[in-house]
Amino acid sequence: MIDNDILRIVARFLIPLIMLFGLYIQFHGEYSPGGGFQAGVVFAAGWILFALIYGLDAALRVVPERAMYILMVAGVMLYCAVGVAGVMLGGHFLDFYPLLPGEHAAQQFGIITVEFGIGVTVATVVMLFFTLFARRKSQWEAAEVEDDQP
Amino acid sequence: MTITELMPFSVLVPLIASLVCALLPGRFWPWAVTLAAAIASAIIAALTLPAAAQTTLSYAFGNWPPPIGIEYRVDAANAFVALLVAGMAAITLPWAKKSVDKEVPERQGTFYALFLLALAGLLGITLSGDAFNIFVFLEISSLATYGLIAYGSDRRALLASFRYLIMGTVGATFLLIGIGFLYVMTGTLNLHDLSERLPEVRDTSTVRAALAFIIVGMGLKLAMLPLHLWLPNAYTYAPSFVTVFLAGTATKVALYVMLRFVFTVFAPDWSFVVLPLSTVLMILGVAGMFAGSWVAMFQPNIKRMLAYSSVAQVGYMVLGVSLVSVVGLTAAFLHLFNHALMKAALFMAVGTVIYQVGSARIEQFRGLGRTMPWTLTAFALAGLSIIGVPLTAGFISKWYLIQAALDQGQWVLVALILITSLMAIIYIWRVIEAAWFKQREPDQQAVGEAPLTLLIPTWVLVALNFYFGIDTRLTVGGATAAAEALLSGGLLP
Repeated sequence: MIDNDILRIVARFLIPLIMLFGLYIQFHGEYSPGGGFQAGVVFAAGWILFALIYGLDAALRVVPERAMYILMVAGVMLYCAVGVAGVMLGGHFLDFYPLLPGEHAAQQFGIITVEFGIGVTVATVVMLFFTLFARRKSQWEAAEVEDDQP
Repeated sequence: MTITELMPFSVLVPLIASLVCALLPGRFWPWAVTLAAAIASAIIAALTLPAAAQTTLSYAFGNWPPPIGIEYRVDAANAFVALLVAGMAAITLPWAKKSVDKEVPERQGTFYALFLLALAGLLGITLSGDAFNIFVFLEISSLATYGLIAYGSDRRALLASFRYLIMGTVGATFLLIGIGFLYVMTGTLNLHDLSERLPEVRDTSTVRAALAFIIVGMGLKLAMLPLHLWLPNAYTYAPSFVTVFLAGTATKVALYVMLRFVFTVFAPDWSFVVLPLSTVLMILGVAGMFAGSWVAMFQPNIKRMLAYSSVAQVGYMVLGVSLVSVVGLTAAFLHLFNHALMKAALFMAVGTVIYQVGSARIEQFRGLGRTMPWTLTAFALAGLSIIGVPLTAGFISKWYLIQAALDQGQWVLVALILITSLMAIIYIWRVIEAAWFKQREPDQQAVGEAPLTLLIPTWVLVALNFYFGIDTRLTVGGATAAAEALLSGGLLP
């Protein structure tokens, strides 16, 4: 769809805004509605729009598939690491109070870190879903081309 | 670190290990990490059981005190089930290496990651004391299980997995609707808190509907007779190792959830009065015993035969529950434990045959008694346990079931239990007849004995079947404590 001027220019204008909005939901999540899950989906939506306009190959050069798998795991790992850190410092699993000296600072640090982990995982999983389905279409088309040329 | 602080790690260790597994390449390391995680989880569960039998353990996540925060609440009942689940994973994994290498040659990292997620989900369901948390873990384990079944090498595995996905989702939705109703009426999701607040509002149709929804939803997951349709195909087409693990654990955990709601959340003197639960469960249990055994006798595929036999064995457990007595519940918990041992041993023996021959059809068993004596002897001995021959684990659980029926003067039930045991002789005998009394056809490939890495774990499980048939301190003691823990919530009707 890169040939269509309107689509390309609107997308160019929108993609940075969508991603910025995703980051806003991510890092403002503890004060206002939002959080890691929504932020991840919005952020991934920006990437998907990019993939729709510029093609899957270009989008995969931005975020390679291998990186998606690693980030997907890394996000949950971050979540678990914060949880286990609470145990290591003498509290319960996902106990944020022992993490930092101040009560409010500790809760804020814990929530933001955990939500960031969620955001990374959700964003990469949504991208991975899109990649797997989009790739399937190109595989079918390739198979049909082979069928047409016996 | 006290045992209470250690206890949640039997769920967390497999959960975190699954993340590591998802990225590991090759064939050795994913399996090794999985085995290590399962053993660690089983050790923690084994340490938890004696402590939980003494006093109820409670662990608040994030140090938010329950009922606001999420709580793991462990008494004798769930510690017993958790030990079974984690223990089965640890015992069957050494067998898995060879079988999985052959049946799932690629992407083993993802396979074992899904397995660990299923294990963490099942353990989470068992240990959690929060109704919504139970639903979430149920979905975690179910989604992982659908993926595991779809790994089967037969293309029909995809259809079986999809079918299970539809049925399983319906079951989980029913559970969620039931939990939602309870939340609307009481404003709490903590199981212990629910049991305290429910008596005020329980004479409303909302709470009665909640009970019905939860029983039907869990009946689907535990394959109670008319809701069992997903099970035979799922067990038949899944990779052998997945079948071994699921047959031993998945339906048991669903039964535990049902018991937890019926006995602890709703008191048994209410739930068995407001709905004709005792009659319904008894009829469905007996029907399951008969239908499962009957269909099993005619199955050409041995894996499918054992799957139908599982439907029958679930019938025994449901029958034990329907008697609403300490002995009846003890029998249900005993059979829950013992059935896991015997069905896992049988599926491992069949899986070993599949490893050597490539198929589980009855024709392929011809003459194997001579060429694979160790595998088929293991099958025959585990078969004795499922029939209920004395000195095997199966005998102990049937003995308690018969005792529970006799306590209430239900002579008909005793006769029915004995008749279905005779039917078990028939379907086990078909395999023995094919293996020892028939010659191998000339066009069938000749096979030798299976490798030791498959035989030793199978024989360990067979030995456990006999060990728990003789030394019943762990099983009967644990099952009695579990039954008493569940019935402590209310008086008997």
